[in-house]
Amino acid sequence: MAVVPPNQPLLSLRPSGGGWKLFTERVARFFSFACAILSVVTTFGIIWVLLSQSVPFFKNVSPIDFLTGTEWRPTREPASFGVLPLITGTLMITIGAGLVAVPLGLLTAIFMSEYAPKWMRQILKPTLELLAGIPTVVYGYFGLFFVTPLLKPLLPGIKSSNALAGAIVVGIMILPLVSSLCEDALNAVPKAMREAAYGLGATKMEVVTKTVVPAALSGVMAAFILALSRALGETMAVALAAGSNPQLTFNPTESIQTMTAYIVSTAKGDAPYGTIKYDSLFAVGVTLFSFTLVMNIFATRLVKKFRQAYA
Amino acid sequence: MIANGPSPTPSFSASTDPALLRRRKRTDAIFRGLCFAAAATGVLILIIFLSKIVIDGLPRLSWSFLTSELSGRPNRTGIWPAVVGSLWIMGLTAALAVPVGVAAAVYLEEFNTRKTGLTEFIQLNISNLSGVPSIVYGLLGLAVFSRFMNLQDSVIAGALTMGLLVLPMVIIVTQEALRAVPNSYREGSLALGSTRWQAIRFQVLPAALPGIMTGVILAMSRAVGETAPLIAIGAASQVSAPRGLRDEFTVLPIQVFDWSLNSKQAFHQTAASAILVLMAFLLLLNSVAIWLRARATK
Repeated sequence: MAVVPPNQPLLSLRPSGGGWKLFTERVARFFSFACAILSVVTTFGIIWVLLSQSVPFFKNVSPIDFLTGTEWRPTREPASFGVLPLITGTLMITIGAGLVAVPLGLLTAIFMSEYAPKWMRQILKPTLELLAGIPTVVYGYFGLFFVTPLLKPLLPGIKSSNALAGAIVVGIMILPLVSSLCEDALNAVPKAMREAAYGLGATKMEVVTKTVVPAALSGVMAAFILALSRALGETMAVALAAGSNPQLTFNPTESIQTMTAYIVSTAKGDAPYGTIKYDSLFAVGVTLFSFTLVMNIFATRLVKKFRQAYA
Repeated sequence: MIANGPSPTPSFSASTDPALLRRRKRTDAIFRGLCFAAAATGVLILIIFLSKIVIDGLPRLSWSFLTSELSGRPNRTGIWPAVVGSLWIMGLTAALAVPVGVAAAVYLEEFNTRKTGLTEFIQLNISNLSGVPSIVYGLLGLAVFSRFMNLQDSVIAGALTMGLLVLPMVIIVTQEALRAVPNSYREGSLALGSTRWQAIRFQVLPAALPGIMTGVILAMSRAVGETAPLIAIGAASQVSAPRGLRDEFTVLPIQVFDWSLNSKQAFHQTAASAILVLMAFLLLLNSVAIWLRARATK
């Protein structure tokens, strides 16, 4: 007689058919459990790979030099591995993308949830979904061959790949994410709150800016952070549009390199196994991963808080 | 967040002063216009983007471009190896990620009905995984599949890497599809004496299938458009199409990337043509997804 574990109350009736049925049940349960665990294994795999593979790198370059060095010259003799230029490059793209996507995305979300008639929403939603579905490498192409030529007359001396074009295209790329997450947050605000504000004689704008958005604030903030973390990890668009020239600058017309673009361009060129260049991929990877992890945890916390407010 | 506390001055006063009222109405109209302009910007950008690639890419697009091998000469090169590579990667990724992802979702939604600490941990872990940058998956693939398992930059190494990348997405969409199946299906089946697995296999999964398929297709279109992890494991332009799992390969987005950075100007047009092929492919996938969704909601 097969023993049914006590934690399966629905099975305690012991369906007829006996052994075979219980056997398949067990197999299915075990297999699906193993698959669910695989996602956990992946996480630990990522962390383990990033840490263990960057150990050889940090044997050669002290972590302090890595984190405080202002020059990233992996190919020059002597090579210099200061990650700050890659970090400033990444931050410039992330902040620039935020400046594009946050106001546009929030206003779009407000329009969709508060103003737009149904037929307009039916046009806007698929359009934004389409924009979200465009592969990131295509955004890079636009940055390189559309945005930069557009900027050239306005900013003479702009490099053919530059941080500004990179930030703009990444901003457009994360726009659908910002607007759809913000819209969800705005829609979750109870109708009664809007009605109360209207009842006090507020105009639509006053209802939106003084009641709805403040009420949805943690959800809106979570949307911003999630979108910014996407911008931070974006690779192909910046590798094309923003360049591959690591330098410590805050001039957006300069060609820069982000952490992600470094990994791509190094993997694309030759980084034979066992060289410090190969190891440096993982050192940069671990830095990038820590940045996005912190942002994602922060966003998850905010979402949880937001859910509790309207549970 | 809800209770803002008493503010010293009222945020909006329903004053009867006509000048103030006019000003408030004017700012309201401006704000409305601003919101509309923001929303219209998205549509406008999409139109500009699409027309830009059509203008750039259409002249080079031809049957021979689709079916020729790659070449160093921009007027001779084709895209066939990248098309085949993309199909290989998509098919294998689906074959690897879909069974695992659906099974994981079944465990989380169907088998483990009592939300224990472990399931909550798995769930949190999945949502965190979907936020990990794709290039980091590439590094994982480089270290584990390319080096440790010595698969180099083969099709199977690319598909394994891509499989891990889309796995969280497949799990999440399948969970949503399973949640949409009414509980009465499960209860009815169990009441007739089926095991939990039989209820899942014969009632829940068939009912959830259109939803799962839609999600899976969207996940696959992500895999087709994604480039960074494949470049990280070492994939680069290949002159001819892969014939087996251990062959080197290239995919459409890698070709777009390479040609965009090529010093020969004429290659920039072929990059746009490759984008057109890629977008047409994605459009096809998405139409299937939309069709499936429409059929399911009927």
